[in-house]
Amino acid sequence: MSLDLFKEKGVELEKQQFTWRDMVQPPTSKLDDDAFTRVRIILMNGLESESIRFSHACARMNRDLQEPLAHIRRVEQHQQTMVNWLLPADLSPIETTIGFEQVAIEVTASVAEREPDEYMAQVYRFGLLEDFDHMYRFAALYDRMSGGDANNILQSYTDIMPGRPTSVEHRDPTDDLRDHYERDTAEPLTKLNALTIMAAENQTHDYYMTIGPMFADPVARQLYAEIASIEEQHTTQYESIIDAKETWLEKWMMHEAMEVYNYMGCSAYESNPRIKKIWDRMLDYELGHLHYVMELFKEVENRDPAELLPETLPEPIDFASHREFVRETLENEVDLRAAGPKFVGLEDEPERTLRYREQMNSEGSPSDAIAAGYQWMPGTELAAAKGAGGKGN
Amino acid sequence: MVQTGARRAESDMGGNLSGIQTAMDLAKDQAEGAASAGPDPDGGPELANTERAVYISEGFPVGSLPALPFDQEAKASEETVGMAVFLDKLSERLAFERMGTRLYDALITKCETLGDDANGMSLAALQEIRDEEHRHFLLLNEAITQLGGDPTVQSPCADVTGVASLGIMQVLVDPRTTVTQCLNAILTAELTDNAGWEMLIDVADELGHSDLSERFAEALENEQKHLLNVQSWLSARVMAKV
Repeated sequence: MSLDLFKEKGVELEKQQFTWRDMVQPPTSKLDDDAFTRVRIILMNGLESESIRFSHACARMNRDLQEPLAHIRRVEQHQQTMVNWLLPADLSPIETTIGFEQVAIEVTASVAEREPDEYMAQVYRFGLLEDFDHMYRFAALYDRMSGGDANNILQSYTDIMPGRPTSVEHRDPTDDLRDHYERDTAEPLTKLNALTIMAAENQTHDYYMTIGPMFADPVARQLYAEIASIEEQHTTQYESIIDAKETWLEKWMMHEAMEVYNYMGCSAYESNPRIKKIWDRMLDYELGHLHYVMELFKEVENRDPAELLPETLPEPIDFASHREFVRETLENEVDLRAAGPKFVGLEDEPERTLRYREQMNSEGSPSDAIAAGYQWMPGTELAAAKGAGGKGN
Repeated sequence: MVQTGARRAESDMGGNLSGIQTAMDLAKDQAEGAASAGPDPDGGPELANTERAVYISEGFPVGSLPALPFDQEAKASEETVGMAVFLDKLSERLAFERMGTRLYDALITKCETLGDDANGMSLAALQEIRDEEHRHFLLLNEAITQLGGDPTVQSPCADVTGVASLGIMQVLVDPRTTVTQCLNAILTAELTDNAGWEMLIDVADELGHSDLSERFAEALENEQKHLLNVQSWLSARVMAKV
């Protein structure tokens, strides 16, 4: 599966073209496609979204780069559309949410397992247990509000049970900041992992902020408000692990490499041949972007891309169930808390965070309210003969 | 007086601003503006419909019938297809009854909160309907299991019916909707439910499952009562205001 980043040049930027019809492909099937096809779509939409977000930030700070950024960004815009539009319309906002949390759990678990830097791996495991809990809360909402079974989306790959309770995930901003990797010494995989997870979490935040108001139920609206706030904390956490001393071009090149890396993984794992072709095309486009930026890097910074890029890419994200890894992490680390960049026990949680949390939860906790007494079972909790959750039981 | 914003004239009606007649001066400008510009391009809805046809012709399904992959449907035996269609319709009813249980949960919460059980609609009666919806869901679980199917599967009809019902749920769980508005939404659900059970009985009979069709007939009887109740409660509430 290895791919030589210096030899594989992909498709030249000028030849990366779309039409509207080509961009808007028939969507995948919510019922027939493997859950990991949806995981890959949601993930790659997040990464494309990050590429555009980064590109705009970079353009606003670098007049000389505005034109090349604009050219690549236009293609990324259309790539993101092509990928995101693969989600079908019968996948409702709450069902898509369950898909987002499956991404957060399975992709973060894979990254945590393979991350070479032990501190970074701990950061991922810390975040993982929080997203794991979100899944449980959203599954309860889906079941109790609309009679839906989250496992229709999860296809039994991902557990539905409490993690670190969402109600205790609220922290003072200082306690969301972590130590960062060092740009000169970190392994390429450490950089690729950090960018991938930051992008995915940022997109999750943006998605919840968009769809939260579409729910009529006030508890659903509160739950999205609460979990969107945690996704904002997670974005804060994950951007803080990236070395802010990297130059703009260094960051840009690593963004392109991260997209190459992930499209390569999507293609390697994809079970739907029609979607695999799309991943292959996107991979070729990203290789084209990477080489374009490598040239700019040489020209502008007078540096060799080989300083940063590995010759061959590491093993891709493992698009598979990480049930055992997650359960083990839950068992060992559910009571971890953050004190600044350090992970500490329950008793050492800073006063500033306790005060903030108490304020936020002082009128009640939506994530507790929606899941009180909730235990997922096949076919929803109504499948229990007594029909738990109803007024008459 | 309702505050309608600084740009509006004193003479405007206020309140619901969605209609063009609430602000006649603005309405005039609005209509003149649109009339002064012709369409671009010329033509009609057929241009968009031609594009829709491209996607329709691709032939991608929402999903496969239970235990029958879409690409094998054409060469499957009549018996296999018949059973898959039956399971699809059972799954649809199951999902609907499950959602129906939650719809009544939401209505009961609203009526309890508002102390609104007027016009012959008691909380006890709502609770009874809710429990019957739940029993129907359990009955369908049993029926699917008895036929060797998977009651947790989301069949294409269950999925599509879920899409169609999303709006009903949104009406019920919205804290701003009135009990009357909720009953109106529930009426849509009950009408669909009645027709759904009738069809299920026909399919069960056609496939020789008379034991199931008898049990489904009981469920239909319950549903007919639900429908009559909802219709009469709704009608009484509307008529009381006119």
